[in-house]
Formats: sequence, structure tokens, C-alpha cells
Amino acid sequence: MRKLFVKQLVKLNRSKKIYLIINDLGFNVIEPFKKKYPDRFFNAGVSEQNMMGMAAGIASENCKVFVYSIANFSTYRCAEQIRNDVDYHKLPVTIVSVGSGVGYGNLGYSHHALQDYSLMRSFPNMLILSPGNNNELISLLDFINKKPQPSYLRLDKNEHKEIKFKKIISSPGKIIKLIDGNKKKIILITGCVQELAKEIRTKKYKNYSLYSMPLWGMGCKVKVKNIIKKFDEIITIEDHFYDGGFGSWLNECINDKNIKTIIRSKYINRSVINDVGSADYLLKNYGPS
Amino acid sequence: MSKNLKNIRVNILKYTYKAKSSHIGSCLSIVEILYALYFKILKKKDRFILSKGHAALALYCVLFEKKFISLKTLKTFGLNKTQLMCHVSHKVNGVEFSTGSLGHGLPVAVGKALKFKINKQKNRVFVLLSDGEINEGTTWESLLFASHHRLDNLTVILDYNKIQSMDYVKNVINIEPLGDKFKSFGCDVFQADGHNIFELISADAKRTKNKPKIIIANTVKGKGVSFMENNNLWHYKNPNLEELKISLKEINKNYA
Repeated sequence: MRKLFVKQLVKLNRSKKIYLIINDLGFNVIEPFKKKYPDRFFNAGVSEQNMMGMAAGIASENCKVFVYSIANFSTYRCAEQIRNDVDYHKLPVTIVSVGSGVGYGNLGYSHHALQDYSLMRSFPNMLILSPGNNNELISLLDFINKKPQPSYLRLDKNEHKEIKFKKIISSPGKIIKLIDGNKKKIILITGCVQELAKEIRTKKYKNYSLYSMPLWGMGCKVKVKNIIKKFDEIITIEDHFYDGGFGSWLNECINDKNIKTIIRSKYINRSVINDVGSADYLLKNYGPS
Repeated sequence: MSKNLKNIRVNILKYTYKAKSSHIGSCLSIVEILYALYFKILKKKDRFILSKGHAALALYCVLFEKKFISLKTLKTFGLNKTQLMCHVSHKVNGVEFSTGSLGHGLPVAVGKALKFKINKQKNRVFVLLSDGEINEGTTWESLLFASHHRLDNLTVILDYNKIQSMDYVKNVINIEPLGDKFKSFGCDVFQADGHNIFELISADAKRTKNKPKIIIANTVKGKGVSFMENNNLWHYKNPNLEELKISLKEINKNYA
């Protein structure tokens, strides 16, 4: 998804209001943007806290800033800068992370994104953009370009097959139907687990409809409650820990004694941190199933 | 000028007392620096960030003198439902950015300076740091970046009162030789008496080319009230009524 992200960013920057900042990574990915807009691209060096504060500073001068990194660096390493400088000031900074879940495989725990939703969804003004396919990514970038705000874009490390673009009208908390099926029992996913979800559906939940929610955050909980209360059963699937993740967020949304919807969540097991292996190996052994 | 400086100090004392807030020593330390900025140095499109956000009341009192905020608003400092949070808030008219956690103001200022520089805008960016912030890693990360990108539109003023939260700076972590450290990070460094408006203006007038500017403003924590000066008790404590009366008397006498 990285290359498509950069390709789209180049397209969106005709107004030259978009800045891209990296913390000394993104080799063989970010070059098209750097080449096209050399004065809108900055390498902050290996200094994530300064990078995030600078992003807030640039954004506060009527610009849109994208900060690109591997998930843990652009989130936990500079969490307070995101909290105080970006989120509290409601500045148009989009924090882009690559390598959702265990995407970086045998590079190990330091590079895995297993708690990033947990942190980012704790910020009151932060919107989470978690595309599961290229269509969703293009649509989300379009959305955030038109409505710039504090946001977290979570990308799969792998490139997805190009598909014919079908515009998705996305808004925070909206669910998008991927496979039609049972009207009352659904699988609901966020992020890059669509293929995995299809497998799980075939094995265990054959007639369930499959939906995704690529755009969510603290600000749309009431809206989401009203959308999902009509379902009897929801199976959530995510490449993240349960604690602080999407499934637990959805449970928080329906914290109301009048709502009977049952939510069951599938997620990455915490014992993954004790093992080493490829992304496929880790997902197979510790991932949602 | 002296009337403004007196009013600012009187209001700092009065409203710290009323709100039962902290950081009175930090506020009294930067009165002349803020006065020099707001009355003599800053132009309309320039930006100023108070990175030592705990000295918010000093800035609010200067903004009151400059008529950015009303007396009615100033009187609400630290009270319930006020805009005037005890760490500086961007929701207050005339305040550029909220801070409170140290080490945040400089990176944001660097971002602004970078934006202005690459767009060939003339705006200058000023940021006021405490000497405690010299401990923060972001200070040095930001200076590396600022000097690499030759941000000569950036001026960092250091409120060097030599006392941080718990003790004298030299007893917590020695930061000297400070001027040499800044120079080795690629900055132009100037010294000034931080309570002398003319020295501050003169230090600002020294233009730099292709380098960020640092003004080390030598100050006294708690300046103007004898029993508050150089005493870190007043980083925390607010004055009782008797202490308020004595301190107001001193200010009225010293800044007549």
C-alpha cells in the first residue's frame, strides 16, 4: 500500500499545500513525492519527537502535513507531541504508519504495530483511517485531503493488487459492505485483514455478511452505536491486540443496557511477543482464526 | 515602560494569589523579556511561542497590557470555566500555541520557521525556553534540524535564571558551557541581561545569516520581590495575604 499512498499523495498535492516528512526511512517508496515536490519534502532525521512537533508547527501555518514512518516510531515514540501539539490543537497532520500488525515479521517486536490503535484512539480529536484495500485507501486519502484534521493512516506493508477504482463514500463510523449475506449476523473488520476475514468466514461463518469500517475514532461512537445496534451478532477481526483495539472499541460503543447486540472479537494473541518469524508465520500461529 | 513593567508584576502577584496557582518565580523571571518582545520587537506577522508554558500568567498579563485580553478576562485566571488555563492556552486571544509539557515549543517553532523560510515569507519566529528545557532531548534535536536548514528566521530566547524545578540547574544536570554547546550545534549566540529591555533589543538587532539565533537572557527567578528571588520555593508556592501585601509594597517601591 505504500507505493499507492505516495502515488496518490503526489496527485493530491497540486495546490502544494501538502508536506511530507519522514524520519529517515521510506527508501524506494517516497521518492516520487520528493522528486515532484522537493521543497515540500523533509527528512527530519532519526528524531521522531522533533518531527512531530515540527509537523504541528507547519500545519499550524495553514498547511497539510503527512508524517510517514513505521508504526511504532510515529506513534509511541512521539506520543506526547501527538497528544498536545497535534490532537489538542486540532491540526491537519496525518500520521502515516507502515507495517500494520506483524507486517514486519522477523524484524521483531520493536517494529510490530500491535498497540497503535490503542494509543491513537485515546486522543479525542483523532480519526483513524485503516484501509483494507486499494479502493479504501484512495477514498480515505480523498476524504482527509478534503477534511484535513488530526488523523492516523495505517498501511499494510504489502502492496495490494491494483484494482479498478470504485469510489467509496466514506465517513467516520460508516460501514461498507464487502460481501452480502445474513442481514443480522455480520463480520466487521478494519484494516488489512480482508483476505484473512474471507478465510475465516468460509470456515466458520459462511452466511455472515462481511463489512469493513475503515474510518473511526472517539468522535463517532454515538453514530456507530446507532448503526450497529440493528445487528444480532458481530464478529470483529483485526491485526492488533484485543486490549485497546477495534473490537474493544466497538464494545465500548454499545455500552448501553438496551442494546442486545453480541460482539465477539478475533485478534492477535499477546504471546506473539515471545516468538519470532515471518509475518505469515506469526499471523498463522497467533493471529485471528 | 516602567508603568507597564510594574503593572505586569502586580497582576502576576495578584492573580497567582487569587487562583492559588504556582510558578510565580518563573513568571517574574520573564517580565522584561515578554515586554521587549510584545512592545518593541514583534511585528504583526511574527510568531511567538512560550515554550515554558507554566509561566502563562506572565504572558496573559502582558497581553492585557497590550489590550489583547480584557481585565474581566484576566480576573478569571485559573478559575473554573476560564480560558486562562495555568499553562498557556492557544484559546486565549494573542496566544500562538498551547504548551505545558517542556520541550514542545521549540520543535513547533522550527516547523513554523521552516514553512516561512521555504515559502520566502519574511515572518520571524521567536520561542522562549526555560533553562530546565535544556535537559530535553527535543531541544537538541530541533537545533540540529534548525541549523541544518539554516533557519535564520528563528530566534530562541533562553530564560536563564539558573534554577529549575527542584534545585539550581548546576546541581541537577550541569549544562555549561552553554554558549559553546549552542555554537557547536550551529547557532549564533548572544548574551543579554534578561531584565534590561535595551540589552534584549540590542541582542535581537544583531542579525545572523544562515544560522538560528540564541539569546541567552540572564535572569533572576522571582525578580522584583526580595524573598522570592533565587528561591525555588516560589516555583510551587502561592503567596498568602500577608506575603502578597509585602510583595506588592516592594514592587510599588522598586518599579515606581
